[in-house]
Amino acid sequence: MPLNEELLSSDILSYLQTHENKGLLRVLTCGSVDDGKSTLIGRLLYDSKLIYEDQLVDLQKYNDFQGVQSAEFDYSRLVDGLESEREQGITIDVAYRYFSTNKRKFIVADTPGHEQYTRNMVTGASTSDVAILLVDARHGVKVQTRRHSYVLSMLGVKHVVLAVNKMDVVDFSQKKFNEIEENFREFSTDLGFETIHCIPISALHGDNIISRSERMKWYNGPNLLRHIEGISVVPSNEKENFRFPVQWVNRPHQNFRGYSGTIVAGQIKQGDKITVMPSGKTSVIKDIVTIDGQLNRAQKHQSVTLTIEDDIDISRGDLICSSENVAQYSDQFQAKIIWMSTQKLFPGRSYLLKINNTTTSVSITNLKHKININDFSHASANVLELNEIGICNLSLAQQVAFDPFDICKSTGSFILIDRQTNDTVGAGMLNFSLRRAANLTWQNLAVGKLERAEQKHQKPVVLWFTGLSGAGKSTIASLVEKKLFDLGRHTYTLDGDNVRHGLNKDLGFTDADRIENIRRIGEAAKLMVDAGLMVLVSFISPFKAERQMARRLMEEGEFLEIYVNTPLSVVEKRDVKGLYAKARKGEIKNFTGIDSEYQVPENAEIIVETTTQTAKQAAEKIVKYLEKNGYLNT
Amino acid sequence: MTDISTLIEQAESFADRHGLAITTISRKLLKDGKGITRLKNGGQCTVKTLTAALKVLEELEHQFAMKNGKATEKHGQIVDIQAQELTHLERLEAESIYIFREVVSECKNPVLLYSAGKDSAVMLHLALKAFFPSKLPFPLLHVDTGWKFKEMIKYRDQQINKMGLKLIVHQNPEGVKQGINPFIHGSAQHTDIMKTQALKQALSKYGFDAAFGGARRDEEKSRAKERVFSFRTVNHHWNPKAQRPELWSIYNTRVSKGESMRVFPLSNWTELDIWQYIYKNNIEIPNLYFAAKRRIVEREGVSIMVDDERLVLEKGEAIQEKMVRFRTLGCYPLTGAVESNAQTLPDIIQEMLLSKTSERHDRVIDRDNGASMEVKKSEGYF
Repeated sequence: MPLNEELLSSDILSYLQTHENKGLLRVLTCGSVDDGKSTLIGRLLYDSKLIYEDQLVDLQKYNDFQGVQSAEFDYSRLVDGLESEREQGITIDVAYRYFSTNKRKFIVADTPGHEQYTRNMVTGASTSDVAILLVDARHGVKVQTRRHSYVLSMLGVKHVVLAVNKMDVVDFSQKKFNEIEENFREFSTDLGFETIHCIPISALHGDNIISRSERMKWYNGPNLLRHIEGISVVPSNEKENFRFPVQWVNRPHQNFRGYSGTIVAGQIKQGDKITVMPSGKTSVIKDIVTIDGQLNRAQKHQSVTLTIEDDIDISRGDLICSSENVAQYSDQFQAKIIWMSTQKLFPGRSYLLKINNTTTSVSITNLKHKININDFSHASANVLELNEIGICNLSLAQQVAFDPFDICKSTGSFILIDRQTNDTVGAGMLNFSLRRAANLTWQNLAVGKLERAEQKHQKPVVLWFTGLSGAGKSTIASLVEKKLFDLGRHTYTLDGDNVRHGLNKDLGFTDADRIENIRRIGEAAKLMVDAGLMVLVSFISPFKAERQMARRLMEEGEFLEIYVNTPLSVVEKRDVKGLYAKARKGEIKNFTGIDSEYQVPENAEIIVETTTQTAKQAAEKIVKYLEKNGYLNT
Repeated sequence: MTDISTLIEQAESFADRHGLAITTISRKLLKDGKGITRLKNGGQCTVKTLTAALKVLEELEHQFAMKNGKATEKHGQIVDIQAQELTHLERLEAESIYIFREVVSECKNPVLLYSAGKDSAVMLHLALKAFFPSKLPFPLLHVDTGWKFKEMIKYRDQQINKMGLKLIVHQNPEGVKQGINPFIHGSAQHTDIMKTQALKQALSKYGFDAAFGGARRDEEKSRAKERVFSFRTVNHHWNPKAQRPELWSIYNTRVSKGESMRVFPLSNWTELDIWQYIYKNNIEIPNLYFAAKRRIVEREGVSIMVDDERLVLEKGEAIQEKMVRFRTLGCYPLTGAVESNAQTLPDIIQEMLLSKTSERHDRVIDRDNGASMEVKKSEGYF
């Protein structure tokens, strides 16, 4: 009996004592829609007495309403949630359920089995210690089962229970069960599971769920509940290294400075030697502070506040490690990324990355390949789409401390956030540092940007002209350059068409290539700014994100966005190069304004309207802006 | 294959020598308790599996040899025992503390929604733990409908004074002006104006970008799918289809201007967890949770307590003195009492577990339709 009812009614105090000392286990259930997953969870809740009477009444009412004539409850109805899903009759999100036995409290992450919902399963798996993988006894191991197993393996779930459901439908056949077990063990050998346990069940009729099935005497193992009650999830390898990401600096007054956070691996005692990464500074643990008094030791999962002996600079995002084995640090990584957004991942685009309480800018410098989770094969790719998994190189804007995910899940995992929408668009696991960061240091030259600019008596700046093809960007830019030249300034123009003949001649016009195009131009412009030049860049640059990326490459005040606003109807009528006509006929693909988007700038420093201004007037306006804002009076 | 028989032979010999069951060895070698028996009965396995199993066996032999040698050496010495597993309450507590700290680290202007009920009491207890020895770095907000039990207000003020906290009390001024009365306007309108609208007003008025709420996922089916960090549009609406995935314990707290978050540090707690935690930590809760003789009127199958003169008796109604308590607390006209003799926390827990009537059953507002909570939430109800 999961909850000891006898003890509950006769001796509540010892009952409470027992339940106070329970452990916690996080379990993931996965399987396809028809494998009976919701029925299994409903059954576990029901059998562990966690379905309340009024919920049962609701259920009965529903059955009556639907005209369902059944002696048995439809347990699955106990666990479905959001209205639209209920109408569809399927679970389409991650839902969390709770039940308890005398030994453990269980948090069950319930995730769907559809192909398009990989992201939900990844979410559920990220916090789970054990996975219950359901298969239908009639169908055995399917593509779906392989896919789920792969995701589990990738997310580092080490313990798998293969629940072979609907045994009643196959006459409780041992042969059938053995075949499935054999099959599953065979294909999962390389997936790194520490334990695999196979149990024949019938969720609908309750066989081998909380008690031994009378109809499958040939099965001698534990029932499902007994198995997950007893399974040990303590890592089997040697002692974990202490890891403590600093979450909040606790500074109530001058005389107290503590570091609050949660221990994500290992344990710590007073007097232990610690090293703070990435700074590498060392000290010794003075106190472990909690409201209930000081502790002499603390372990994984505990949230505490640490004070240290030495006065060293530690802030949120630093990783406190045991000095015996410190974490690595880098700003260049290889990582596995699961993409969770309908907006594709483009290499070169800038995102935010959050790891170990640090949020920093990141760009995917190289998408090496994607992984097909049905057969684990590799395929080359230019972009990652929703639910796709890729191996990527990452470049971060700052050094962060980390451990490879295989060694420590908590300190090797991260999420990616879209800068515009703030959505969580991806999740990832760090494989290793590319080490480039350590070998490649920026050459600190005696002559710097400032010296070069002073020599030329000017303030370096990028004038970034954006607008539709034929809007007049190049015309205006060349007039501006002429004026600056006449004023004795040192300038250079990077023109879209011209650069495509040389530096970027390997790039086409797909979205991915356009992003790379802009990235290279941004970097080239940055070098020129560093050389002290005033750089005029004339590019369609249709995407907000890439213009922002270019802006971020420069220092504050070094980037001026100039929006050359000419409506599509006007440029199409002008059609100086005859390109719009071709695009309309479909002879040119991915043409901005026709079948490729142009995102209008929202924060351009200068806007010129070519329908009301001549090119000359526009150029004058720009030069006037430069004068007014101090770019010309050095 | 001869190699399979070698493995069986060696495994059996190992089991024999060390007094272990063959299933135990089998589990270690093949990750399957029945593996060896299956092979013995003519089962097959790949060369890879076999090689791996033989290697594990070799390691086991080595380990056992070492252990036996060392056991005598180490005799009498205190060995550093592996840390004991944390209890479920300790794990839940640590997780909630982490959530509190994350919000304070990343949000500009958080607030704790305080209702003077048992979940609020636990939430406040955890918040104080999270920041000790610092003071609570955010204020409390109580949305007062004007119809709360008098005793709740008394309890609230006592707690706030005792702990030296900052409390903001907000009432919907328009609702007060209109004289909203649950007896006259009904529970739905009262809740909407005095609770949902009032909450939105207060959050906008003070510009809070994150509000801690005490909701738990076990309370109701649609809550089971809500995130810990739940986003609200500028108009405080919730879109269940556009929730951010929450991986590991890395929370994305970024919002655009005007948007806000509801954060639920008790998401993973159950009702039993809450009661156990209150019991274990001696957390003070309002006396209304404990059984006492109270003045009660039976109305439409619900026992309403006569908390003040605004409850006007209808024809055929009479005030009775009954031994009752409340499983949840809210507005007194909308909260049903249950007959009970439970006067201590263990009594309450015992009664709760034996009765098995879901917690919100006694709240009148939740009983409209199957997923009513979801409708209310997408409109901005907490």
